[in-house]
Formats: sequence, structure tokens, C-alpha cells
Amino acid sequence: MQPLNASRPAAPQPVKRDPAPSRVAYKAHRLWLTPFVRQMTRVGLPVFAVIMAAGVYVADSDRREAILSSVQDMRRAVEERPEFMVKLMVIEGATPVVDDAIRQLMPIDFPISSFDLDLEAMQSEVAALDVIERVDLRVRPGGVLEVEVREREPVVLWRTAASLEMLDGTGHRVATISSRAGRADLPLLAGLGASDQVPEAMAILRAAGPLRGRLRGLVRMGERRWDVVLEGDQRILLPEDTPVQALEQVLALDQAQDLLARDLIVIDMRNPDRPTLRMSQTATEELRRIKGLELGGPAR
Amino acid sequence: MTDLYSQQRAMRAMRQAAMQRGVIAILDVGSSKIGCLVLRFDGPDRFRESDGVGTMAGQSAFRVIGAATTRSRGVRFGEIDAMQETERAIRTAVQAAQKMANIRVDHVIACFSGGSPRSYGLAGSVDLEGGSVSENDVARVLASCDMPDIGEHREVLHAQPVNFALDHRSGLKDPRGQIGNRLSVDMHVLTVDSAVIRNLLYCIKRCDLEVAGLASSAYVSSVSALVEDEQELGAACIDFGGGATGLSIFMKKHMIYGDVVRLGGDHVTADISKGLQVPMATAERIKTFYGGVHATGMDDREMIEIGGETGDWEHDRRTVSRSDLIAIIRPRVEEILEEVRSLLDVAGFDHLPSQQIVLTGGASQIPGLDGLAPRILGQQVRVGRPLRVQGLPQSVTGSAFASSVGLCLFAAHPQDEWWDFDIPADSYPARSFKRAFKWFKDNW
Repeated sequence: MQPLNASRPAAPQPVKRDPAPSRVAYKAHRLWLTPFVRQMTRVGLPVFAVIMAAGVYVADSDRREAILSSVQDMRRAVEERPEFMVKLMVIEGATPVVDDAIRQLMPIDFPISSFDLDLEAMQSEVAALDVIERVDLRVRPGGVLEVEVREREPVVLWRTAASLEMLDGTGHRVATISSRAGRADLPLLAGLGASDQVPEAMAILRAAGPLRGRLRGLVRMGERRWDVVLEGDQRILLPEDTPVQALEQVLALDQAQDLLARDLIVIDMRNPDRPTLRMSQTATEELRRIKGLELGGPAR
Repeated sequence: MTDLYSQQRAMRAMRQAAMQRGVIAILDVGSSKIGCLVLRFDGPDRFRESDGVGTMAGQSAFRVIGAATTRSRGVRFGEIDAMQETERAIRTAVQAAQKMANIRVDHVIACFSGGSPRSYGLAGSVDLEGGSVSENDVARVLASCDMPDIGEHREVLHAQPVNFALDHRSGLKDPRGQIGNRLSVDMHVLTVDSAVIRNLLYCIKRCDLEVAGLASSAYVSSVSALVEDEQELGAACIDFGGGATGLSIFMKKHMIYGDVVRLGGDHVTADISKGLQVPMATAERIKTFYGGVHATGMDDREMIEIGGETGDWEHDRRTVSRSDLIAIIRPRVEEILEEVRSLLDVAGFDHLPSQQIVLTGGASQIPGLDGLAPRILGQQVRVGRPLRVQGLPQSVTGSAFASSVGLCLFAAHPQDEWWDFDIPADSYPARSFKRAFKWFKDNW
């Protein structure tokens, strides 16, 4: 006898589905196996989608600004970290006057981020000052802006029609000075174009060392040659080419014959082979009188 | 004939294009399964120099990179019976093979066993003009063959020159460049029903594939199942398929006869199904697991559960002894073998120097066939498996895949056929001027 609750044979299995692909699936599969389509789908399409999405997002100006501002905020946050802050400025190698001038020239509100300091612009700005020969700026660790300055050394005064200038060894202007007495130790130049030939003038002045006590200064004549002006309006006219030798010649004459102590107005060395002297009025008359006496001419 | 010539030449051109692209599919449309292999060509081949008349079609080394088989649907006796079903089956196989190869295939070489192929031996001869044989002379002698009456609605599937004779010397493989006066040729022509070809072409075209060649499966399975000396000395290859059993005879590396018996493994299955009152699928399974052709005393005691799903307990619990099963299978196998025997007799296989017979195909795997076949076919019978080719998966190396593998070899190393040679130049009208000029030269 069969139990009534016996498990019935399993329901006949459904006919196995035909695995054949549909025409569309077949074509799609073949299309997918085409190398070009494959490349386009795997590389081209994602790239296109990303670029497109980015483009659509950026196309709106509000969003663009938001992105820019957030980027800038981020940038500021990094820049304003204490490691990058500059707290004070140290100026080295400058006189108090120049120090003041530099500080006025660069009005910086400390503390400031070192990213905001345009050191090159500041350097060129400071270097534009006449008195500065060289300036180095750097931000030292510890947040110190160090300005290292080398000032020009005035070696000579130059009197022009308008003012009295101090010049350094190269002829560059250092500063204006109000009176000759301010720097009595410096020799004096005058005349147009004197500042262009300061090295030559310095050579002449060095050669004129023995005349130091009597020297008033040098005058540039016609922007081509020098006159040495001595006390009592005595002048030594130097040639263009070899002024130092000419001056040494005069000094030699002076040593030998005490030339400068005589009553001369001008010692003309413009032609070094033929020095010419001009005596003063009284000396000339005196010479004539003595010649007359010697020759027995009528005395005047 | 010219129409066929141009059609076959177009297929050859397609095959050249496929070799350029380096990938081709082969499609074995059988009655029990449809197999698709994807081949990748690796470049010109070196080792297999020349079969027959040189290598006009171009050869290549290849590698199997995709393989798929599917249950055949809509094919009976190797012919397409339900076109939609067949198309779906081809799609399944091609898609799976493409997926495995991971490459798109556009060109396909197909083989089928149906269409009742018929063999014809043709002979032709011409006088040589120049003294030595040129390629044009070969083309002329091929064109000079008398075309037999192949009947209405028949088409030539293979037309292979199998033998060249120059004057009194016969058996030349390649007459080109040789000196002689008269060139004659023997050509083997295999014709099939044109409707069968057209149906198959239509099915393949519906799958977006281009046909790069067609072959008879009787021919291609012998290409893979016969070893080289058997092809050279003469042998017959019997391809036991599902719906049809192909027969081809090889001699001097050329097929000289091909035919098909429209009986196969499916008929054995149908007999079991009828005899045991079971569905075809069950019958197929019983045949595959317990089939045989020699009953022993042990087989009387080995009971086979037939099974069933009718719900009738008695019916579903039937058993049958293995010897009963063998008693159903054996007469049908004997019938097939006797049909093959009669075809061999018709073909004059007795007169060949070598009587080797090779059994291959899916149904040749019945245990005991190697004992039964010699009784009917003759002493020299062996069961053959297809050649091993590079890259072939283990699952498709069985004898059921002899025609698939043979089709691979056919795709890579086709024998020269008639359409590999140019149309003889003297059929062009322009040639007549040259002939007239020659006439003047000869007579003045």
C-alpha cells in the first residue's frame, strides 16, 4: 500500500530554455567585440562624461566664483600659518637717516605672510634710492625680514648752479648737502659734466696731494678738461689727455723754482710741451718797470 | 559553370581577406551538433610545402583561439530543415566562440554533410603551344574537361585536379615548367544539391557573416582523420555523423570519391526511443552510457533503469538489460555499415592498392565498433581521431570533431581547385588577335 502523503514525483522540469541569443543580442555582442567600439566605450565615453560634467558644473558663474573663493581661502589658510608669518624688519648697515627713509619707503603692516612679500619689487624699490649701493632682502627663519644695505661712500662734493651734491667714487649721486661746511673734509668739484669723470678727478686730487692746503677745488671746463683752482684765484689749466702728468710737471716746477708762490694767475699746461704762465696785473707792471730800469727806458 | 566559377572565386577572395585580417571562423553544421572554432592565422607556413598543384590559394599556420559547440537544431540528414532554428543554433555557437576568442569574426568557412553529394571523374587534355607547361596551360587543360551532366539544381562543391599526365608520363604532382607536347588532367568533381547550399548560405548571411568557403564534411573529416601515409597510399574515411554518414576515398593525397549514406547515430537513437518507449533525450543518454554492439553474458545481468516522468509508477520503474539494448543498436549499425560497404563497392574500393578504412565521427565511439566493422568492411579498419592542432581545447579533440578540425586544416591549407587558376586566356576575345598573328607567322 502506498502512503497517501508520499512525495509525488517532482513536477516535470520545464523545458530547458534555448540558450540561443536573440538577433539583437547577437549583433550587440558583435558590436561590442569591435575594437573601435570597445575603445570608445571603455575610454572615450568616460572621458567625455567627466569632461562634460565638469564643463556643465563650471559653466555657471556663481559656482565658478565659489570654487575660486574656496581655493583662495584654502590658500590663505596655508599662507597665514605662523610658520610663514613675518613679524618685524631688521635693517642692517644703514645710517639712521637711511634707515628711516627705507622704513618710509616700505610701509609694511607686520605681521604679514611671507607669500605676500614681493621681495624683488621691494629690492628694486630700495635700490632706486641714490644712497644705496647694494641691498639684499631675505626672510630669516623666525619671521624676520632682513634688509642688508650697503650705502654709497661720498668721496667728493659737486657744486652745480642749483645745489651742492655728494658723489661717490663712481660719480653716482649720494645725497644733497646744504652747505660746504657740512662736509669740509671732502674735495670740491665744479662745472658741467664733472660728475661723469669723478675717477679722473680723484686721480688728479691724489696727485695734487702736496697742494692740499692751498687747493680750492677742480673745475671741469667745457666738459673736456680740468682746471685746478688754488687759493688766491690761481689756476692750473690741465690738458685733456694726461692731466695727472701735467700736474706733476707743475708740482716739479713748483718744487724746483717755487712756481706757485710767485704772483701768477694762470699756469697753462694745456700744451704740456709748452707751459705758459700768466702773471697778475701788478706783477706784469712790476716786471715791466724792472725791465725798463734794466734797459734804461723811461720810468713811468 | 562561369557563374559557379566567379562565385567560388569570390569566396577565395573572401578567404584572402580573412587571412589578411588574421582571423576566421569555421562552422561545422552537423545534424547532432553545430561547432564553431575561431582561428587566428600566424603567417605563412613553412613545413607543409605543397599538396597537389602548388599552393595557389595561399597557406598559413594557425591557432585555435575560440571553440564552442551547441546542440544542433533544425538540421536533418546534414541539411537545413528549419531555417530559423538553424540560424539560432549558428548564432549560439558563433557568439560563444567569439566570446572565448574575445574577437569579432566576420568570415566563416562552413561544411555540411547533406545535399546528397555525387562524385564525378573528369578527364581533359590539350596540346601545349610553347613546349613547356605554363600556368595558363594548366588552366586550359582544366577548362578542357568535359562537364558531365550533373543534373538540374546541382552545384559543384569541389573540383580538384587529382592527376596530371604529360605525354606518356602520368602521376605528376605539378606539371608547371615541364617539357612536353600534350598535357592531360584527371579532375574530381563533387556536386551537391544547390538548394542545400543556398539555404546554408542564407542562414550564415542572416548571422552577419561572410562565407569564405564551403566544403563537404566527408572530405574535411578525412583530411583530419587520415594520417599522411594513408592519404598517400589510399584509404577510405567513414565519418559517422548524427544524421548522415560520410564516405570519402583518398589516393595520392587527393579525394577521388565522396558520398554520403543518409543514416547515422540519430537513427540508432530513434530505434532505441521506439523500442523502449522513451523520449529521444533519454534514448540518447542510454545510448551514450550503455550502448554497444557486442553482447556478452555479463550484459544479460546488467539492468538499466530506463526512467520516465509519466507518473505511472510501473512505467517509470522499467528496466531493460544491456543485451536488449545492444539487440536494438546492432542491426542499425550493421545496416549503416552495409550501406557503406555497398558504396565502397560501387566506388571500386577493392581495386585500390591499400584497403585501409578509418572510422571517425561521433557515432564511431560505440564500444565494439572496431570488432563489428571488420566483419563487414574488411580487415584493415581502425577508429580514427582527428589530428591535433594548435590551441584546440581538450573538449573538442574527440572523434566527433573530426570534420571541425579538418575544416581548420582546409581553411589553412586548401587544396588547389579549379577556380584557383585563372580563366584560360584564349577564351578572351582579345586573344584572337594574337592567334591570327600566329597564324600569319606560321603560314608566311
